[in-house]
Amino acid sequence: MSMSLPPASGGVDAGLVVDPEVHGVSLWRGAVRRLRRNPTAIVGALIVLAFVVLAVIAPLLTSYEPGSAEWAGDVTPTSVPGPSEDHWLGLDRFGSDMWTQMVYGARQSLVYGVVSTAIGLAAGATLGALAGGFGAVGGRFGGWVDTTVMRCVDVMLSIPSLLLAVSIAAVLGQNSYAVMIAIGTAQVPIFARLLRGSMLSQGKADYVLAADALGLRKGRIVMSHVLPNSVGPTIVQATLNLATAIIEVAALSYLGLGTSDPAVAEWGRMLVAAQDRFDAAPRLAVLPGVAIAITALGFTLFGEAMREALDPRTRR
Amino acid sequence: MLRFVSRRLALMVPVLVGLSLLLFAWVRALPGDPARALLGERATPDGIARVNAAYGFDQPLFVQYFTYVKALLHGDFGSSIQTGRPVMDSFLERFPATIELGFAALLLAVVVGVPLGYLAARHQGRALDTAVVSGSLLGVVTPVFFLAILLKLVFADQLHWLPTAQRQNPRIEATHITNFYVLDGLMTREWDAAWDALVHLALPAIALGTIPLAIIVRITRASVAEVMHEDYVRTAESKGLTATVISRRHILRNALLPVVTTIGLQAGLLFSGAVLTETVFSFNGIGQYLFEAIGQRDYPVLQGFIICIAIVYSLINLLVDVAYGVIDPRVRAS
Amino acid sequence: MTSTTTSAPLLAVRDLAVTFGTKGSRPVHAVDQVSFEIRPGQHVGLVGESGSGKSVTSLAIMGLLPRRGVRTSGEVLWGGQNLLEADRKTMSRLRGRDIAMVFQDPMTSLNPVVPVGIQVSEVITRHKGVDRREAADRAEALLRKVGIPDPGRRLGEYPHQLSGGMRQRVLIAMALACGPKLLIADEPTTALDVTIQAQVLEVLKDLVKDTDAALLMITHDLGVVAGLCDEVNVMYSGRIVESTTKDRLFGEPRHPYTGGLLESIPRLDSPRGTPLRPIPGSPTQTLPWSEGCAFSPRCRNKIDSCTTSTPVLEQHEDRQLRCFNPLTEARQEARS
Repeated sequence: MSMSLPPASGGVDAGLVVDPEVHGVSLWRGAVRRLRRNPTAIVGALIVLAFVVLAVIAPLLTSYEPGSAEWAGDVTPTSVPGPSEDHWLGLDRFGSDMWTQMVYGARQSLVYGVVSTAIGLAAGATLGALAGGFGAVGGRFGGWVDTTVMRCVDVMLSIPSLLLAVSIAAVLGQNSYAVMIAIGTAQVPIFARLLRGSMLSQGKADYVLAADALGLRKGRIVMSHVLPNSVGPTIVQATLNLATAIIEVAALSYLGLGTSDPAVAEWGRMLVAAQDRFDAAPRLAVLPGVAIAITALGFTLFGEAMREALDPRTRR
Repeated sequence: MLRFVSRRLALMVPVLVGLSLLLFAWVRALPGDPARALLGERATPDGIARVNAAYGFDQPLFVQYFTYVKALLHGDFGSSIQTGRPVMDSFLERFPATIELGFAALLLAVVVGVPLGYLAARHQGRALDTAVVSGSLLGVVTPVFFLAILLKLVFADQLHWLPTAQRQNPRIEATHITNFYVLDGLMTREWDAAWDALVHLALPAIALGTIPLAIIVRITRASVAEVMHEDYVRTAESKGLTATVISRRHILRNALLPVVTTIGLQAGLLFSGAVLTETVFSFNGIGQYLFEAIGQRDYPVLQGFIICIAIVYSLINLLVDVAYGVIDPRVRAS
Repeated sequence: MTSTTTSAPLLAVRDLAVTFGTKGSRPVHAVDQVSFEIRPGQHVGLVGESGSGKSVTSLAIMGLLPRRGVRTSGEVLWGGQNLLEADRKTMSRLRGRDIAMVFQDPMTSLNPVVPVGIQVSEVITRHKGVDRREAADRAEALLRKVGIPDPGRRLGEYPHQLSGGMRQRVLIAMALACGPKLLIADEPTTALDVTIQAQVLEVLKDLVKDTDAALLMITHDLGVVAGLCDEVNVMYSGRIVESTTKDRLFGEPRHPYTGGLLESIPRLDSPRGTPLRPIPGSPTQTLPWSEGCAFSPRCRNKIDSCTTSTPVLEQHEDRQLRCFNPLTEARQEARS
C-alpha cells in the first residue's frame, strides 16, 4: 500500500514545503540576515562605520595639523574660544583646533585599538589553541602543556588588567608601542581562555569522535573542523575587546603613560588637559569623553548583536 | 567543604610563585642597568653602589631571586626610591582608604543593581526595562575617569553639593584608629567626623561603582529572565506558592548565582578604577599613590603594590568561589 | 459523556480554546472546542500525539499559560467558578491544595539549589498553615509513601543526588501533599526508563486510589491509559475527536485516528514477520479544522465531505465522535 499522501493544501504546519529559513543556510549567512533585522546591530554598525571612516579620512576632514597650538594667543586662563566658522568645535586650551584634535584622536584610538587587540588575539589565540589542542588530545604530555600554559594565563589574570597594562607600559617607556603592547598583552588571557575552552569542548563533540572514528588524523581534525568553529566566538570577543581597548588606551594616557608628543592627538590626554578649564569650557572635557563612550558603545552593541546572531540556540 | 577550600588555596600557590617570578623579571626588564633604571635621573655612582648592595644586583640572578622571595615572605617589599619608606608601610597606611571606597562602590552596585535587574526582567519589554537596559549599556561604556571628572566638576566644583576632594575635611576633629574613616567615626562616636567621611566618599563611590552597577544590572536581568522560564519555576507556581516565596526561593536563589561569580571579577575592576578615581578626587588611597609612583617611576613601589593587589585580588576570588560553593550544592559535589 | 452517575462534576471544561499568536505571525489554535467533565474520584485520560494540544489544555486548567501572546476562551468550571477568569490570588490558593499537577521532566522540574524536603514541605506550610517541624514530618511520611527508601535522609538532599525515578516520586509526593481533589499528570513517565515507568505508574495509581483523588492523565501512551483510566478523550490537532469509556475505546475504536493508534501497537501474539502498521504520513500533514477534517490527509477512511466540511463532535451511538465516516464493525474484523 502506498504510504505517500498528497501534501496538505495549507494549514499552519504544511511542513512539506522546505523552508529556506531553516534548511541549507550556512551559519554565517543566517547570522548576517539576523543582524540586518536587528536594530541594535544596525546602530552599532553605523557607529563603528562612522568612527572608522572619520579616523581613516581624518587628514581630508581638516586642513590643520594636530597639536599645532597655532592660536595659543587667543586662549586666556579664563576663556577658550568656542565654535566659530574657522573652528567648528572651537579651540582647545593649548590653542589647537578642536575638530582636528577630535578626528586625529579618532585615528589614534583606531590604530591603538586595532593593533593592541590584534596582538592580544594573535598571542592569546595561539596560546589557547595550543593548550586546548594538546589538552583535548590528552595523554601526559598533552595534559602537561595544557596545565602549564593555563597556569601562566592564571598568573596574568591575578593582576587586574588595567594594572597589568600599566606595569608593562611603565617598563617599556614613553611611546606608542608601549601602549599597544601593554594593552595587547593584557588581552592575552581572555583570548587564551576562549580558544582553549572552545577547543576542549569541541574535542568532546560528537562530530570530532566521528571524524576520529573515520580515521582522520587528530591534527587534521583540529585544523579543518575544530578551528573554524571557534572563529565566530573569537570575532565576537575581538569586537568587544576593541571597545575595552579604546577605553584602556584613554586610561593609560590619563595616567601619563604613552606618547607625550603633543603632535599626537589622543582623547585620553585631551581629557586630562581639559580638567582645569572646565568652568571656562566644559566642551573640552565633554567632547573627548563622549567620543570615547560612543565609540565603545558602537563596538559593544555590534559585538553583542553578533554574539546573539551566531548563537545556534537562538536560531529560530 | 574543607577539601574544596584547601584545593583552591593550593591552586593559588603556583600562581603566586609565577607572579613573583614575573615581577622579578619585570624589574630586570627595565632598559639598561637595573640600578640605574631604578634610580632614573637621580643616578649617582654612590647611589648606584648603594642600590647594588641593597638589592644585591651584583649577585648571580639565582641568588637575587631567592633573596627577593625571602624578603617577600618576611613582608619586606622594598622601599620607595622617592621617600625611602618601606613599601609595605605605605601600602598598609593607605589600603583602608581604598577598601572603604571599593566597598562603598560595590555596595552601591549590588544594592541598586540587583533590584533594578530583577525588576527589568520581570517587566521585560516595558518602559522600565528599556530604560534599565539603555542606562546600563551607557554605564558599561563610559570610562570611569571621565565619569569621575564630570561628577567632580559638576556636583562639587560647580554646584558645591558635595566636597571636592580628599577623605575628610581637615578642619574636623577626627581620631583615626583603623584608618577606615567612617568606621573610626562610628567607633569613637564622633558623629560629625563619620558623616563628613561618608559625604566625602559619596562622589568617588558613585563614579567607581557605576561600571560594576551596570554590569550587575545586566547580568541579573539576563539571569532572572532565563530562570523565570525554567521548569522548576513552573512547578513552584503549580504548587500555589505565594509570589514572595517563588521570587525568593526559586527565582532569585538560582538567578543570583552568576551574579556572585561576577562580584569576584568586579573586584579587579574596582582596583583598576580606584587608581583613576582616587586621582581625580585626591582620595588618599593606594590608587592615588600608585598614580604618583607611575609618574615618578618609583619601581619598588609599583612592584610591591602590584604584588599586594594581586594577592588581595586572588584572595577575594577565592572567597567568591567558596561563597559560590556554599550557595550552589551542585558545585560541592565536584 | 455516557456516564450514568448523577454526582456533580468536579471539573467541567466547556468549549475551551487557546490561541497562541504574536503580532505578525499567524495564530496557532493549539486548543479548540474542548469540552469534558471529571467527576469526583474519576480517572480521565487525555490522549494524543505531541502537538495535539493536550498539555496546553492542562496548563490552561491550571492557569499556568504565559500571559502574553496567549488568548483563552471558554469555561473551566470548578465549584461553580470559571477558573479562566479567576484572579491570581484565587488561583494561587487553589493550586497545590485543590488541584495539583505532576510535570513531565523530573530532571528540570525540581529547584536544583533547594533541598528536596523543603520543596515538599513548602506546599504544606503554604496551604495547611502548620509549622516547619510538622510540615517536615509530613514531608517525610509522604516520601515514604511514594516508596523512597530512607526518607529521613532524603529530606536534606538535593535533586542532583537523586535518580530520575526518585525525582519523579518526589514530584508526585509534592503534588499529593495537601490531598488535592484533582491531580493532573502530564506525561509523568515519558522521560523515564521503561523499567522505572511501570514502578512510578504503580505508585501513582496506588496513591490516587488511596486519597480518592480524581485524575486527569495526559499521555500519548495507550498502555498507560489502559492501566489507569475510566474515561478517555482522544485529541487530534487541538480538538477532541473521540470520547468514551476505556473499554469501548479499546474494544471498538470508532475514529480512524484511534483505530490507527491501536493498530500501530505491535502485538505479542502476531506471527513473526508481520509488518508494523503505523499511521501513514506525519503530524505535520494536517488541514486546519476550518477547511475540513484535520486528520483527513492521513485517514484511510476518507470520503469527499472530509475535505469540504468540518465534522462536529456529537453523540454517535454509545459515544461522542467527530467523524464523517467512522470505523464500523466490519472494518474491525477485516483488521484481525
